[in-house]
Amino acid sequence: MASPTSTALADRAPADRAPADRAPAADDGPVLRFEQVAKVFPDGTEAVAACDLAVHPGELVSIVGPSGCGKSTLLRIAAGLDVATSGTVEVDRSNIGYVFQDANLLPWRTVRRNVELFLQLRDVPKAERSERVERALATVGLTEFADHHPAALSGGMRMRASLARSLTLDPPVFLFDEPFGSVDEITRERLNEELLALFGKLRFGGLFVTHSVYEAVFLATHVAVMSARPGCIVDVIDVPFGYPRSADLRHEPEFARITGQVSKALRSVHR
Amino acid sequence: MTALTADVAGPTTLDADLPPGPVDGPEAGDPGPVGPSGAHLVLRRVGAVGLKVLGPFLVACGFVAIWYGVTYLALPDHQRFLLPPPHEVVTDGFLDAQTRSELISGLWSTTRVATLGLLLAFTLGSFFAIFLAQARWIERSFYPYAVILQTIPVLALTPLVGLWFGFNFRSRVLICLILALFPIITNTLFGLRSTAKAHHELFTLHDSGRWTRLVRLQLPSALPAIFTGLRISAGLSVIGAIVADFFFRQGEKGIGRLLDVYRSQLASDKLIAAVICSAALGVAVFLVITALSNRVLRSWHDSATHRS
Repeated sequence: MASPTSTALADRAPADRAPADRAPAADDGPVLRFEQVAKVFPDGTEAVAACDLAVHPGELVSIVGPSGCGKSTLLRIAAGLDVATSGTVEVDRSNIGYVFQDANLLPWRTVRRNVELFLQLRDVPKAERSERVERALATVGLTEFADHHPAALSGGMRMRASLARSLTLDPPVFLFDEPFGSVDEITRERLNEELLALFGKLRFGGLFVTHSVYEAVFLATHVAVMSARPGCIVDVIDVPFGYPRSADLRHEPEFARITGQVSKALRSVHR
Repeated sequence: MTALTADVAGPTTLDADLPPGPVDGPEAGDPGPVGPSGAHLVLRRVGAVGLKVLGPFLVACGFVAIWYGVTYLALPDHQRFLLPPPHEVVTDGFLDAQTRSELISGLWSTTRVATLGLLLAFTLGSFFAIFLAQARWIERSFYPYAVILQTIPVLALTPLVGLWFGFNFRSRVLICLILALFPIITNTLFGLRSTAKAHHELFTLHDSGRWTRLVRLQLPSALPAIFTGLRISAGLSVIGAIVADFFFRQGEKGIGRLLDVYRSQLASDKLIAAVICSAALGVAVFLVITALSNRVLRSWHDSATHRS
């Protein structure tokens, strides 16, 4: 079994620069790159086979595919939560914003203390911590609920708290693992719009795993279509819409054309 | 930094998260003008409290009635001393000055032994569980002996401990400790081990070490299990104190000694009073731990938010 080599991008600036400095720059090189990444589980299941994918700064790439096609595995490999069986992942692991499926908040901590967690784990000094926490809370509109425990929040608010927790570290690359899969349709659309606004402002590099074609197209600069197990990126479709995007984009014919194209690509690899 | 977009920030976001439901317009509420009025609510609350108190009270009345029935109807005159009626237990046990002072000082002695034993068991047990949780091989090496410790009958252990360490306060505490240790170890270990995998991953993302995981993740998430262990051990600790006292027959007179003395005197009324006292001590310790647990877990854990 060949062990994967993960090289941190050497020229990446320290994590704590202000978001305003981060203008999208195409010639900056990718913030995240998979090269021939494959994953075979110990039981012999082939989850991911020879994946190539790159995410540049200012790009939000959605990965669509049905449940169990290995798209989450790919994300977990990028974050270092799973180890690839072979291939290379290039990403700076010192500062990744990872947004989990089902908010994944610690139930014994209040929203504020949950948002503070990553800063604590990174030993950020206390004074700076509270400033960044309040800013992140304000960004997602949870300031009023900062002293509540997660159990007292709705699913959508928990997701916002989870997002805020990742925002505190101001990472140059975000990984979203089907973050809105368990909230209702209306909340999901609302959260999509909020994330879109956030992306428009921060222009991080992002990888967004979802099984919803509409969500994928609505958010992303590119949509990567993944085949069934073993998962493999079979097509990358450009989304020609700029940012900011309005909520009504979903009802435009051009949007329907792109989602149709993605759906067709999906259907061609999944029977 | 300001909110994402003006229309989704602030309290309006709350509304967006609520599941769509019928709007409460004047024609939407079906109870109409005869909704639950203030007086209704008060009555309902009184009713709820009444039910809570009334049920147990009726059961207690029934129990006392059966007791009287057995004493006066089922037992022939010459055997009535076996189960004296409740009022005699009260008059001879609790109202008799000498017995009462014996019971109070006995309770005090037993409480001290049990409390110290429980505190020691909690401290040592938690640390031991944390130690076991560090690696599977450590757990596999030590855990069998923790199980064996649990299977040794107290009755066998009590005289040995007395012989080795003297029939004194220290030995009594030691017996409580031995008895109360195991539930603390197993429950704490279970709690430390059953931290959600997804929560662990939050820490993996940030290369957190053992210590950070333990303090910020495993111990807080183990708290409900730790309290379960504590609650079981509290009861065992009281039993340990009484058993040690009962068998030592020396040193300070605790409830256990009194049980033995009253038994040998065939003083059933005092014996029953002593039994009630030891049960009350057990209940008191249980309530203290439950109150503590509810206080600590109130804000986040189901066991405390929906009172059981």
